[in-house]
Amino acid sequence: MSSKTSSKLASSGTGRSKFLIGGLLILAAVVYLIISSTAVGAQFFFTVDELLLRGPDAVGKPARIAGAVLGDSIRYDSDTLTLSFTIVHTPADTQLINDEGGLAAALDTAVADPSRNRLEIVYIGVKPDLLRHAAEAIVSGELGEDGVFHANELLLRCPTRYEEALPGQAEG
Amino acid sequence: MIADLGFFGLLTAFLLALYGCAAALYGHWQRSPRWVASARAATLLTFPLLTLSALSLVYSLIDLDFQIEYVASVTSRSMPLYLRATALWGGQAGSLLFWSWLMSAFAAAVMLRDWRRDRDFQPWVILVCLATLAFFLAMVLFFENPFVRLWQGITGTVWTALWQPGGALPYIPRDGNGLNPLLRHPGMIIHPPMLYLGFVSFVIPFAFAIAALVTGRSDDRWIRVTRRWTLVAWLFLSLGLLLGSRWAYDVLGWGGYWGWDPVEIAAFMPWLTGTAFLHSVMIQEKRGLFKHWNLLLVILTYDLVIFGTFLTRSGVLSSVHAFAQSAIGPLFFLFISVTLAVSLALLSRRWQALKSDVEMTSLLSREALFLLNNFLFVSILVICFLGVIFPLASEILTGQQITVGPIYYESATRPLWAALLLLMGVAPLSAWRASTARTLGRAIWKPLLGSVLVAAIMLLNGIRQPGALLGLWLCAYVVLVTSYEFWRGAQARQAKGENFALALWRLVARNRRRYGGYIIHVGVVLIAIGIIGIEFFQQETQGRLAIGEQLQASDYAIEYVSLAEFQSADGRLVDRAVVNVYRDGVFVRELYPRQDFYMESQQPMTIPGLHSTWETDVYVLLVSWEPITGGSATFKMYVNPLVSWVWLGGFVFIVGTLVAAWPNREMQAVELQARSRARGLPLKAR
Repeated sequence: MSSKTSSKLASSGTGRSKFLIGGLLILAAVVYLIISSTAVGAQFFFTVDELLLRGPDAVGKPARIAGAVLGDSIRYDSDTLTLSFTIVHTPADTQLINDEGGLAAALDTAVADPSRNRLEIVYIGVKPDLLRHAAEAIVSGELGEDGVFHANELLLRCPTRYEEALPGQAEG
Repeated sequence: MIADLGFFGLLTAFLLALYGCAAALYGHWQRSPRWVASARAATLLTFPLLTLSALSLVYSLIDLDFQIEYVASVTSRSMPLYLRATALWGGQAGSLLFWSWLMSAFAAAVMLRDWRRDRDFQPWVILVCLATLAFFLAMVLFFENPFVRLWQGITGTVWTALWQPGGALPYIPRDGNGLNPLLRHPGMIIHPPMLYLGFVSFVIPFAFAIAALVTGRSDDRWIRVTRRWTLVAWLFLSLGLLLGSRWAYDVLGWGGYWGWDPVEIAAFMPWLTGTAFLHSVMIQEKRGLFKHWNLLLVILTYDLVIFGTFLTRSGVLSSVHAFAQSAIGPLFFLFISVTLAVSLALLSRRWQALKSDVEMTSLLSREALFLLNNFLFVSILVICFLGVIFPLASEILTGQQITVGPIYYESATRPLWAALLLLMGVAPLSAWRASTARTLGRAIWKPLLGSVLVAAIMLLNGIRQPGALLGLWLCAYVVLVTSYEFWRGAQARQAKGENFALALWRLVARNRRRYGGYIIHVGVVLIAIGIIGIEFFQQETQGRLAIGEQLQASDYAIEYVSLAEFQSADGRLVDRAVVNVYRDGVFVRELYPRQDFYMESQQPMTIPGLHSTWETDVYVLLVSWEPITGGSATFKMYVNPLVSWVWLGGFVFIVGTLVAAWPNREMQAVELQARSRARGLPLKAR
């Protein structure tokens, strides 16, 4: 079977413009959706250092922070479902993490280093199964006036390969 | 020993794949059928060799040969047999081997088909399949070898190598790491293979598309040949996604099923292009339109499949920090870039020859509505893709990582999903070539009226959220349109003297693709009803209860009865609560939410108590408890209306896909018809 040449391409001008206008309208709608949703859903992703560096500027603005969990700091009040714990700064740069020997080693280094910046997290909800010493916590929420970070979403990853494939654990 | 056998199979399959690529190219170049036949034989041979390789790994896993690093990292003594065997896809190295094995199985299956009509395609299909296979096998052999063993030197250091290094002794750990308890769920055991089956079967339509591009055949032969592959690929992908959601619902304990996690989205993106592709190929078959577009979609799907395979296992994106931690990251990107560039170059070379000889004229014609459908699916894809790469892009552009959460995806895609629902209720009623608002209106008004009545009833029953009302109205409308289509078709047959049931049966049997598609639409609507239910009407509450105390949410109440702690044979410490469920004060049943503590991995796992009906799910989590006495315990309770409909919809969806993909006795007739159509003969009315 041979291919066919285009014959009627130039013919119906109005037909084309009709589709063009329709297409552009829909495109505009989709672009608007993307922009407006980004405005609602976007959060800065900080390390603990970066957040603390911004100081009072960071208070009350939506942000997402990652850090290593200090096991001794985990407190859970089962009456109010209030979970609090402290995270320690971990580097964001892949190169730095690799220099420290991979994610697992980087987390271990972080929790063992008392000189690093720390941040207290408060989260209300069910205590996630994966919350433990030297796990990586990724929290979304905002920094309060009191210097405590109020999280409304809490994700955890333990840096063994099989757990890396796990999606988010808790959401609020 | 066994591991050596596995490695041998792997290596030989890799060499054969390389040889097959070369032989196929050379055979095409020399116009030598013998070389192509040799490439075909190589393709066929990769399957038994990789079967050998995969089986020897499975054997080592079952046998708990901990000297093999992979075995030690994914199994442990306490794991039951079926978990040890399925640990084949529990880690990255094994997953890649499993992927390769599936690829070889599909490539071999394709080789066994009747090639008489498509001789010129064969070398190129072989080339694409084997090049993909060779890439994955290279990843396995050189970077993620599952057969690497542990050795210990005199100084006590342990390192990994394939064969015994000088002066080292085998190192055999006493026990393995074991599989994460959260992954020990039936849904999670079959979810990866389903997803992979879907991923891999999409390679076949892509291979035929490339073959068509290279050989310059601009008809729709490649689509017809691979139609069933595409449907099967799509079915498995859908199943994989559904099972993953079910696992999240059962295991992750936040009362939801989909979290817009980058890993989920990675598996979802090829599904979106695949769905668009399934729709738009029909237009090419019927009207000869969208030829470029279909090729573009199948190329995109292929590369999204590779991207998805990479993301779902590598943890690249779930880790916002560790981009490309392992060496295979950059190589995957290289492979994706090269295949994308080559495919697009081929497409642009054939651009002129692929121009359609017809044009769309009516905005309301069925082909125009299909175009809109494709536009919507691709828009959702773009939204997902932007969301996934947003952190990377923002870091490159501004030096600061910015992420987007579930809210972004939800608010951006929601109107598009609604538009897709609406299309499902309009497109089946529109005519090919040209519809006017009047003809369409005549077909639509009855189901439209019916659906407005349904919406009014819902309004009277107290549903007030505009979003939920709009969504449920659309669902009702699509169901009515679809049933109306069935009824109308069956009536036409009834006129020929068949009774209604027989008429309906024959209607579907004679037009499997069309009515299978409608059944899929109904499945999608059911899933949509479930999603609307949980998104708009989910209620949650929590509290600490003393024995005999109750917690109330919606019409339901739970009462704490007792708590028991015991140790299980497989190394878990189980705390199991007994909870009574009441509806409007009437006892319904007992539930047993519990928490298992896996001693070996020091990992707790919360297992919800679930009371599931068509109307509502009551989902209870045991959050914490007073040790020893169990005098009080804290519970979290979700009431999730209609969520069962998601799973029911999934089932209907599968049935519909099977109907559409079922081999057709009248296939031949259809093909003949199609050929006459391709020659430009007038279309028969449908």
